[in-house]
Amino acid sequence: MTAAGFASQLLQLAIAVALAPLLVGWVNQCRAWLQNKSAPSLFLPYRTIRKLFAKDAVVAEGASGIFRTMPYIVFGAMCCAAAIVPSLATDLPFARAADAIALVGLFALARIFMALAAMDIGTAFGSLGARREMFVGFLAEPALLMVLFTASLISGSTSLTTIVDTLAHRELAIYPSLAFAGVAFTMVSLAENARIPVDNPATHLELTMIHEAMILEYSARHLALIEWAAALKLFNYSCIGLALFFPIGIAAAGDGWQATLGAAPLLVLKLAIGGALLALIETLSAKMRIFRAPEFLGTAFLLAVLGLLVNQLLGS
Amino acid sequence: MSGVPLYAQFINLLAAILLLLAFAMLAQRRVLSLVNLFAAQGVALALSTAIVAFATRQPHLYGSALLTVLLKVALLPWLLHRLIQRLDVKWDVEGLINVPTTMLIGIVLVVFAFNLAFPISQLASTVTRSTLGIAIASVMLSFLMMITRRKAIPQVIGFLAMENGLFFAATSATYGMPMVVELGIALDILVAMLILGVFFFQIREQFDSLDLKHLERLKE
Amino acid sequence: MMPTPLQLVIAAIAAWLAIGALGLLRPRDLRFVSRFLFPAGAAVAVALAIVGGYAVGKLPQSTVLPLGLPDLPFHLRIDSLSAFFLLLLGATAAAISLFSSGYFRSSDGTPPGLVAMQYHAFLAAMALVLIADDAYVFMVAWEAMALASYFLVTTEHRIPEIRRAGFLYLVIAHIGAIAILLCFAVLQGGSGDYTFGSMRSMILPGAWSSIAFFLALTGFGAKAGILPLHIWLPEAHPAAPSPVSALMSGAMLKMAIYGLLRVTFELLNGQLWWWGVVALTLGLVTALFGAVFAAVQSDMKRLLAYSSIENIGIIVAGIGLVILFKSYGKSLLAGITLTAVLYHVLNHAFYKSLLFLATGSVLHATKERSLGRLGGLIHRMPWVAWLALVGTLAISGIPPLNGFVSEWLLLQAFLFTPSLPQTFVNMLVPIAAAALVLTAALTAYVMVKFYGVVFLGRPREPNLAYAKDAGRYERSALCYLATGCVLLGVLPANVTAFIDPINLMLIGASAAPRLAGNWLFLAPIDADRSSYSALIVLVVIVGVVLLTMTIVRRLYHGRVRIAPAWDCGFPLQTPRMQDTAEGFGQPIRQVFEPFFRIMQRQLPTPFDSAPRYSVRIDDHLWYWIYAPIVRGAEWIARTAGRVQQGRISVYLTYSFCTLLALLFFVR
Repeated sequence: MTAAGFASQLLQLAIAVALAPLLVGWVNQCRAWLQNKSAPSLFLPYRTIRKLFAKDAVVAEGASGIFRTMPYIVFGAMCCAAAIVPSLATDLPFARAADAIALVGLFALARIFMALAAMDIGTAFGSLGARREMFVGFLAEPALLMVLFTASLISGSTSLTTIVDTLAHRELAIYPSLAFAGVAFTMVSLAENARIPVDNPATHLELTMIHEAMILEYSARHLALIEWAAALKLFNYSCIGLALFFPIGIAAAGDGWQATLGAAPLLVLKLAIGGALLALIETLSAKMRIFRAPEFLGTAFLLAVLGLLVNQLLGS
Repeated sequence: MSGVPLYAQFINLLAAILLLLAFAMLAQRRVLSLVNLFAAQGVALALSTAIVAFATRQPHLYGSALLTVLLKVALLPWLLHRLIQRLDVKWDVEGLINVPTTMLIGIVLVVFAFNLAFPISQLASTVTRSTLGIAIASVMLSFLMMITRRKAIPQVIGFLAMENGLFFAATSATYGMPMVVELGIALDILVAMLILGVFFFQIREQFDSLDLKHLERLKE
Repeated sequence: MMPTPLQLVIAAIAAWLAIGALGLLRPRDLRFVSRFLFPAGAAVAVALAIVGGYAVGKLPQSTVLPLGLPDLPFHLRIDSLSAFFLLLLGATAAAISLFSSGYFRSSDGTPPGLVAMQYHAFLAAMALVLIADDAYVFMVAWEAMALASYFLVTTEHRIPEIRRAGFLYLVIAHIGAIAILLCFAVLQGGSGDYTFGSMRSMILPGAWSSIAFFLALTGFGAKAGILPLHIWLPEAHPAAPSPVSALMSGAMLKMAIYGLLRVTFELLNGQLWWWGVVALTLGLVTALFGAVFAAVQSDMKRLLAYSSIENIGIIVAGIGLVILFKSYGKSLLAGITLTAVLYHVLNHAFYKSLLFLATGSVLHATKERSLGRLGGLIHRMPWVAWLALVGTLAISGIPPLNGFVSEWLLLQAFLFTPSLPQTFVNMLVPIAAAALVLTAALTAYVMVKFYGVVFLGRPREPNLAYAKDAGRYERSALCYLATGCVLLGVLPANVTAFIDPINLMLIGASAAPRLAGNWLFLAPIDADRSSYSALIVLVVIVGVVLLTMTIVRRLYHGRVRIAPAWDCGFPLQTPRMQDTAEGFGQPIRQVFEPFFRIMQRQLPTPFDSAPRYSVRIDDHLWYWIYAPIVRGAEWIARTAGRVQQGRISVYLTYSFCTLLALLFFVR
């Protein structure tokens, strides 16, 4: 719990919160280019958030305290998660308080509060969104846990910083079980971040929405915080993927906060490539019917379990 | 993991990819994707044979890898594509059991295969002997695919994928089979494909569809 | 002279029986019962909890009471395991008794004084089960517990469904009791001495100890609600009044877990690994079954009952893992897993009681049990709603509350298992971990459904506008339970250190040197390996929330306008447009369709002038297992009934034949 560790922790959190909307803007831009459209500005999400903060909040008549506090709680949970995931450095004092399982728990906290807030107003779309979101979450959360378990069995610990230390700073080795975990993780992050093929983030047809249907009643600063939290969630998932599968370049413990800052450009590059790949996957796939989502996520779950079994068999 | 040499790690990775592809075939509905996955399996197989050839310095395995590429990546998929075009079959209906249940059964089979292979692989002497379990598992998964599909083409692909698994078992556990055996098996596969192709046309003529449950009517 | 803990416990039991007897004297006096008897019972429960908490970690004490038959006195003993469960019983019963003082009203069922007597007899019987040291006392107390709870379940005995539920409960309870009795018979191993002391030193040959274990699993499993003997739980819990359901779910099921732990680890010397596999599999199947069925219920108490089945499944799976570890000699891991199991037992008592009592308040205020007739109660009943939110978050396993801690510990235990020597078991464990996380995720779904449909949204029936919030007693009981959930969540290291003496007693090794860490962090095995600090997580989340609120208010503004709901511009919005309970559970029903037996389904057509939708979902096991047994029993009874001819000459012939036979054979 040194001062350098604290500094690197705060630095990482600040960079995560600041860069998250930029990642969303980049993915939207790539998607527009791939679809032969002219792209919106890279900083459009920032402008949207600023615009929303300035507005008056309109709250529905039947809303209770849950509706008004949910955006803050979800944002808080996502910030907490961003503080645990080692995106820039592994010297994170806060990571000792929460490990990979607690990370999944934080995501679950955010999801449950969103679903409850969606049901709070008492409209048909709110409960539709809540039901679908909990359904996707019920299948995606175990798959994510299994992926993290595979990584933790390889590295002998469930703490994300130790996992990254083991995978990045030991000599190069190929882990076949991580191949399974990688495919499963991609599928899970597509589902959890409300991307095609599970949910269309740009749709305006209510019956095809999952994530959007839950936040239909929100406006102004509440909506701004929710959008920011969604961007942070995408950022966190990308960083988890990078930490598990491409951990090269993350500063090791004891390197000091200058090394943390120096790892930032590499992170930006990796995220840019990841964002472009995400836009590519979104463009090449079509949105599935909601009834096919259990098959999709079930496949991800079983692949992750298979990864664990392969790990048992091959020892890696 | 540092005690295992690099080539063995690569072969482990390719084994994992083979199992991944076998599982993916189990979950696929579209016949064209099945053929492409089968071709990808052939590529993985050829790569692993080539690595084994490089590491153990047995040049005849290079020939075996070349044969695999010619047959399983080029010829058989091309034949299958032509068959699909002539029979005009693009989509497979829902199998006998739905996809999630099939995959659950698949996981159970994988556990069974891993347990089966563990004492056997202790007897083998190669570095990659732990991949024997994966090979047996992919054979079983291909068999499951043959059982749970209703149309004829996926069943054929399941049969071919079984042979892939057996081939992989041979190269990983015993560093390759004698060339005679290989050529014999390759010829058998080719002949089987030709006969099945003719067979499918006859079925199509008779029943106007490739759904195999029509064959059950023959018993009356 | 300070009384010993054992004497205090016996005094508490006697006090409860005395309170019950007082209730018998004035059966119809509601004020006396609710203002005096129940609070007195709550005070005794608090005392019992304090004594139990004190006695964990102290040396065991035993005594012999000259009650009972001349040759069979009562042997009583208190040790760490009993003390822990006494603490659980006392803590839960205190809250429930406090709630009951505000809850029970005059109805045409059992009069209040009688209810008080049955209630306190139930509590006394449970406490006696925990300090029993021989099979005789145990069975007497067990049967008393079953009987008292039967009468409590059938409090509203004028309603036929409730009578039927009570009957089913009694039948299964007795099947379990027979199995337990047979288990004790096997355990005494031919010595004729039924005290636990002699059973502890008895070494049984291999097959007999397995038989004893499986008899114990069946017998205690029938009371705990493990598949396939769970069939009484979803019927009895909704039929009983809410405080009784809370007591049954929170305390009685744990008595069965206590019995299982006592027999498996203390009375049996040495465990076999395959017992662990059986318990693990059975527990996980039960857990998955409970979770899936809870998702499709439309009665709120049935939903909670199935959720209890799920949690018991998780506990039994954990016990299976402990057996597995212990049989391979991995005592440290067995200790950590046992700590996780006991923590989960304590957690479940708290949050399940909280949820059942909340449904009691809702039932009181609205007279509705069906989820399709509730909604929007957070506005009319804020205390109940916000405290129930704590319970909902706790049961879904959300950090930093208590449900997360026990799940976390259990998952850590699963991750250690690759070190087992047998490959089959090594492969089984990832699959078991997968099933466990699947169940946990499904719990979150179920609880969002429960909370959202009951408390959030808009009221589905007009008379819900007259619902009143809970009274003083009820509120304080709910507050107490919610505080317990929060404290158990943020102080995990203290709780695990507290539970540790039980590890020493049952496993023979303490997990303390590794498990303690410090009061802030919980770090089993090694801090490098994994650690968790609930307090820090809570502080950080709350800190970020407050910081964000202040920054946003400062930089921008906090203005709010109230307007009708947007709902995408649909002009007509009625409360009926929200999801019903069946609607919310429909995705699960579709995915898990082979599990259910859908009995009747009424689908509306476009041509109905008054369209109706209804679906009734039944349990396959009833039709596969119980219905054939019932038919078989009836057939046997009918066939045997043919012996009764009704004519006197036939009966005299029977006696005459018997006499002849005896004279012939006993010559």
